[in-house]
Amino acid sequence: MSTPETSRGRLAVLKTYKLYVGGKFPRSESGRVYEVTDGKGQWLANAPLASRKDARDAVVAARKAFGGWSGATAYNRGQILYRIAEMLEGRREQFAAEVAAAEGLSKAKAQAATDAAIDRWVWYAGWSDKLAQVVGGANPVAGPFFNLSTPEPTGVVAVLAPQRSSLLGLVSVLAPVLVGGNTAVVVTSRDAPLPALSLAEVLATSDLPGGVVGVLSGDTAEIARPLAAHQDVNAIDLAGAEGGLAAELEAAAAENLKRVLRPTAGPADWTADPGLERMTAFLETKTVWHPVGA
Amino acid sequence: MPTDAAPRDAGRGTLPDVTSSDAALRRFLHGLPGVDAVGLEARAAALGTRSIKTSAKAYALDLAISMIDLTTLEGADTPGKVRSLCAKGASPDPGDRTAPRVAAICVYPDMAATAKRALADAGADEVKVASVATAFPAGRAALSVKLADTREAVAAGADEIDMVIDRGAFLSGRYLQVFEEIREVKQSCGDAHLKVIFENGELATYDNIRRASWLAMLAGADFIKTSTGKVAVNATPPNTLLMLEAVRDFRTSTGRQVGVKPAGGIRTAKDAIKYLVLVNETAGGDWLSPDWFRFGASSLLNDLLMQRQKLTTGRYSGPDYVTVD
Repeated sequence: MSTPETSRGRLAVLKTYKLYVGGKFPRSESGRVYEVTDGKGQWLANAPLASRKDARDAVVAARKAFGGWSGATAYNRGQILYRIAEMLEGRREQFAAEVAAAEGLSKAKAQAATDAAIDRWVWYAGWSDKLAQVVGGANPVAGPFFNLSTPEPTGVVAVLAPQRSSLLGLVSVLAPVLVGGNTAVVVTSRDAPLPALSLAEVLATSDLPGGVVGVLSGDTAEIARPLAAHQDVNAIDLAGAEGGLAAELEAAAAENLKRVLRPTAGPADWTADPGLERMTAFLETKTVWHPVGA
Repeated sequence: MPTDAAPRDAGRGTLPDVTSSDAALRRFLHGLPGVDAVGLEARAAALGTRSIKTSAKAYALDLAISMIDLTTLEGADTPGKVRSLCAKGASPDPGDRTAPRVAAICVYPDMAATAKRALADAGADEVKVASVATAFPAGRAALSVKLADTREAVAAGADEIDMVIDRGAFLSGRYLQVFEEIREVKQSCGDAHLKVIFENGELATYDNIRRASWLAMLAGADFIKTSTGKVAVNATPPNTLLMLEAVRDFRTSTGRQVGVKPAGGIRTAKDAIKYLVLVNETAGGDWLSPDWFRFGASSLLNDLLMQRQKLTTGRYSGPDYVTVD
């Protein structure tokens, strides 16, 4: 977050917020930006206004990264996700300030939301190598067979981040997608994209392979429509789709039978215990039969 | 940016006098105007910025598909792989019968017969079989071996022969030797079309590419081709632009039209369309046909098909909807 004011005669350096695609920080292919303001309408920064082509590029990058990320051991994924939490911890002040400006919160409330987001990330990181034990298992069958069920990632997941909770809400929808081995294309909150764009800087410096997460800021509907219809996206989380948009996107997502996670009815409480729902929503269960042997 | 590389006194014909001796040929090739490398690259980059959309894009995608020499040139090629490639060339998008067929299937000589039979079985006789020959890709073999390689490929049913020039002879200045070799291979081809590969990545300078283009065209090449796809630098927009200028100027001075085939490194529909713009703006519309311009490629076809599906359905497609080659 930047302010144009000078202190002690020094001209502040303004930050150019950029998209995060394929491990790089490009401007929007369209060259567009839009003004991001705080709760009182004061200008904060210009954010890139991503186009459908940026969404397409992010999906290509996410697909390319899927093999490596889903193939990494659960332990390794957990370590990398924990590393992200470490990086977030080091930038607590920055995120708290950005969240305060983006959501119009008091300093204390913004700090609490930021801390909750970091803790949420750690919580999900821990699930990485435990999920298979909870949602998978050895099934009893009437025959001389081992029958084993294991969860596998769905693929590329389009994530529409919540519109109101710019960091805690974002982390609460992004981390569960990554834990299971999916790759994600995130569409940030339209009016409060700056914490998400800064989170991308954290992701880029946490050993997370490029392309595993793409971050796109801009008009939610404009980016979400091509993502929902995209044949190479396997699932979509509609947390940030408001009004009639969710139903429209769900209809478009039916074309290639995407998994769809609907938004909650009424305002979501992101401080509540998240449970397993968001993690298991984007997993497929693979079951194998194997003869017990002599 | 017309370069007018043709010598001013050249009459219509095949310029027989310039190939009468090694010295005459050298004089002619070294007398070609030098290439302005900065200008050439700037021109190629500028033409790459054209925006081709909607119906023009649909036309360009179909044209590019019909210009592909669908290629597999691996040591691990099996008859089964060649047959599946032929099936793909015959009906690139099984879900959309309006997708055009590719121009040719490009294989090693020992697979030419397999490809010919597979295409006939698929009812795709108009898809040609192109075979590399002359000790591809290095070209390091005795002339008698190269000629036998060519004859056997033609006997096996190849409609087109992709030969490599002897870069060692070319780079050491033995132009007449290269010239004679191309001419003898051309004679061994019989009715088959001859494409001459320069391996631009090994020729070191743009001037050499221009000289090689004229040398091959004088020797009777039906097509000139950028590269084998086996070295680091393959087809680039500038070196293809340079060869397009050469075929344009060659037709102006001799009346004979020669085709161009960039090969290697062209993987996206966007790249392919840029090449088509180069063709149209340099050589002209006469070359915008599979008879005069080809892409040597394998993965390009999938990207063209995905773009085609996007145009037809309005939805972005993905690699799940095209074959894995």
